[in-house]
Amino acid sequence: MDFQLTEDQEALREGVRSFCDGRFSFDALRELEEKGAIDRELWGELAEMGVFSLRLPESEGGVGLGFADAVLVFAELGRRLVPGPLVWSQLLAGRIDGAADGEVVVGGLDLCGPVGGPLVVEHLDQLDALVVLRSDGVVRVDPRSLHAKPVARPLDPHTPIHHVATLPDGEPIGDAEDAARLRREGGALVAGQLLGIAEMTQELATEYARKREQFGRPIGGFQAVKHILADAFTRQELARAAVYAAGATLDDPEVGSAARAVSTAKLVAGEAAMKNSRACVQVHGGMGYTWEIPAHYYLKRTWVLENVFGTVDEHAEEMAEYVAADA
Amino acid sequence: MDLRYSESDEKFRAGLRAWLRDAVPAHGDPPIGADWAERREYDTAWQRKLYDAGYAGINWPREFGGRDASLTEQLVYYEEVARARAPYVGVNFVGLLHGGPTLMAEGSPEQKERHIAPIIRGEQVWCQGFSEPGAGSDLAALSTRAELDGDVYVVSGHKIWTSFAQVADYCELLVRTDPNAPKHRGITWLAMPMDLPGIEIRPLPTLLGSGEFSEVFLENVRVPVECRVGAENDGWRITNVTLSFERGTAFASDMYQLQQSLRDLTALAGRLTRDDVKAWEDRALRREVGHLAAELDAIWAMVKYTVSEAGKTGVPGATGSCIKLYYSELKQRLGELSMRLIGRAALGRDDVGDLPSGEIVHSALQSLSLTIAAGSSQIQRNIISERILGLPREPR
Repeated sequence: MDFQLTEDQEALREGVRSFCDGRFSFDALRELEEKGAIDRELWGELAEMGVFSLRLPESEGGVGLGFADAVLVFAELGRRLVPGPLVWSQLLAGRIDGAADGEVVVGGLDLCGPVGGPLVVEHLDQLDALVVLRSDGVVRVDPRSLHAKPVARPLDPHTPIHHVATLPDGEPIGDAEDAARLRREGGALVAGQLLGIAEMTQELATEYARKREQFGRPIGGFQAVKHILADAFTRQELARAAVYAAGATLDDPEVGSAARAVSTAKLVAGEAAMKNSRACVQVHGGMGYTWEIPAHYYLKRTWVLENVFGTVDEHAEEMAEYVAADA
Repeated sequence: MDLRYSESDEKFRAGLRAWLRDAVPAHGDPPIGADWAERREYDTAWQRKLYDAGYAGINWPREFGGRDASLTEQLVYYEEVARARAPYVGVNFVGLLHGGPTLMAEGSPEQKERHIAPIIRGEQVWCQGFSEPGAGSDLAALSTRAELDGDVYVVSGHKIWTSFAQVADYCELLVRTDPNAPKHRGITWLAMPMDLPGIEIRPLPTLLGSGEFSEVFLENVRVPVECRVGAENDGWRITNVTLSFERGTAFASDMYQLQQSLRDLTALAGRLTRDDVKAWEDRALRREVGHLAAELDAIWAMVKYTVSEAGKTGVPGATGSCIKLYYSELKQRLGELSMRLIGRAALGRDDVGDLPSGEIVHSALQSLSLTIAAGSSQIQRNIISERILGLPREPR
């Protein structure tokens, strides 16, 4: 057992981090906010870097890596709030032509959970393909065929949404097992993004607490503040262990139940992202409540990610079933 | 990144599991109540069995009679002893986790000879004389005095939270030898025999009503100079060699055991009835169990991550503080959920009807100590925010 990053994995992480730091700075994000969340040129660069083709075999033009690597990449994308249906496009690369090289932007809708509630599709305007997961299978729908109404003010400024009245049957591209697998794999990648959010919000808050002075000293010197940050760091590291374990378990199911590892990762990383984003707002004080300080973007994106591939309540109930099965 | 135990780890597991399968039931149940001599006998006899089977001192070097197991074998060890519900380390705790390792690192050849082999064989029991009424989290503020008189230290003072003092042979004792030096620089580490005149032990009942804690009053106790470990006034450094052991994998079995507690709770909810349906049908309860299960799985993954990190760097990372912080609060939440599940049966500390309230209430109350002992949660948060996040330090 060696539950640490390999040198290659560290290099992969550093590579993606420096790319994202360069392309998705807060200034760049503000520009995307004005002109639309998905910039096709940037999407192409993400594809070129292998974000979508990462897990495809080299014989199919991919990088031939596994989920343990993919979650690292998605944590970096989460750190920098890279917008767009990244997870769907990666999941469907190799199955929908053009997804791997970024020519085709694939979005999706996961309807495997409890029935009911409005049909809300992210980034619909920009999608070339839409995939729907249902408990009985996977279908592909032409996004342009939908009767959809844009929601003028989306919660996350980088995740525009449409309200769709009804979905057509679509063209079947997978069975029930495929749907369950894609949902599981998607959950792991989203958990990676949530880990990145938990990490970055902790770092932004800590950095601010070190510099900001009140009563003649840095606020990070007050236990009331530094203990918030210690808790944020602890949640982040718990999330890291859970997310890395989910990646490693998807790659090698003999070490445990992949479904259980993914539910664990999604729950723990989701809670870390949510609480750390809130802590980031709180530690920034009044400024944390402004549009200018990016804390709110993280909180809003977390809410988007908490609502895909199984909600908190769904995963918590699944975990309970696993415990009961062992009891 | 690889979560798979190696073939040799699995071989180690198979051997240990087979041994525990027979040895644990053969050793019987632990004594109940305050018969400390009986408790010592039970715990040390188990230690001797571990020793004879080659499983004592799992992380101790071979030259001191230990197993010198790899870090992953240690994890396997903690998993298996938890799974088998093997006896707890009990009265051997201080010797195996503090006293012994300190002597290995800092003791003279004679001191090693006198203590280490008897500790690992379960023949010598140690207690800890660190904390004082005025020196808790601020341990270096301790005021127990030791004055040199020829070839003895004359020691007077008041120690507290000393576990199993009644049955200990030796005490790892911190004393102030230089009252004029800055507080960290005037402390000395003594291996004090507990049969010296002038030592008075008064049990200090815990909120459980149990008496494994004592206060130890020292009045002109004459401790031979040869009992000093390391140099005079170098005791703080020596102490920090041992304190890091307490935050490593010491709680690993306990953490693994929590998963069993959660399964027990789930099984219990499956047979309890509320409003004519099983308690387990309650969705709110299931969700709470689900969250706890995820956190427990995650914390176990974090133990593996930290152990792998230590294997790579050679030193336990500061994230040990994160594990301790999270685990101790998690156990308290699990305790409270279990008490809620059994309803008014939780008003009894013995089993009520066919409900295991005795164990549930005991475990919930006992868990209150976890966020205080071995560095309180507040101290852990200071450590994390200062050593890892680089925030301004508290006064020392």
